[in-house]
Amino acid sequence: MNKVLFFAHLRDAVGEEFLELDASGKTVDELKAELAAKYDLPRMETVMTAINEEFASNDEVISAGDEIAFIPPVSGG
Amino acid sequence: MKMYEISKEPIDIQAVIDKVVQREAGAITTFIGTVRELTHGKKTLFLIYEAYEAMAVKKLEQIGAEIEERWAGSQVAITHRVGRLDITDVAVVIAVSTPHRADAYEANRYAIERIKEIVPIWKKEHWEDGESWMGNQLETVAYPSGKPEAGDLDE
Repeated sequence: MNKVLFFAHLRDAVGEEFLELDASGKTVDELKAELAAKYDLPRMETVMTAINEEFASNDEVISAGDEIAFIPPVSGG
Repeated sequence: MKMYEISKEPIDIQAVIDKVVQREAGAITTFIGTVRELTHGKKTLFLIYEAYEAMAVKKLEQIGAEIEERWAGSQVAITHRVGRLDITDVAVVIAVSTPHRADAYEANRYAIERIKEIVPIWKKEHWEDGESWMGNQLETVAYPSGKPEAGDLDE
């Protein structure tokens, strides 16, 4: 299983802070597309992804147990 | 001593500065980011900051490591606030000490610019007529590969 975290406008769109689902074997891009379609997520081309708290490429493959986070453009500071 | 922190409580500015005091330093610069009332004439009532805390601390550590590598003899401490902040509240404090003053100014500027690029923290602005998560409101930023481009990674 994988924990998938959402922040900012994505959290509002999904209505949850995180989801538990099985994404192992999928690429980041595939998971992104799947969730974007299911939850009607906006502007996913501007959203970065982290696997286990480190930025990951769209073509990276997710393993069982990985923590995935979708990171909209940041606005700290 | 934790040099990089996400805080739910008001930031003790002097405590952040004290972390970078060192006998080799000839300068300490402090950046204090505060909540502004007017942005392009629009009045903000208050802000909510949210962080992916574990990763945010790691990315602050990365920025500190980049600075210590680039500016010899530097020490860095950064605390970013999360939660509800009112106008004039302190959102972030960056303290940098270096042997010479030019480096302290330059390195401190580098830290805040990097925070705005790679640290997973978001702010939601609340106005009289609504609210919105900030960041890429003009859709000028895109990440075609899914992550920050070269130079934004700690490789």
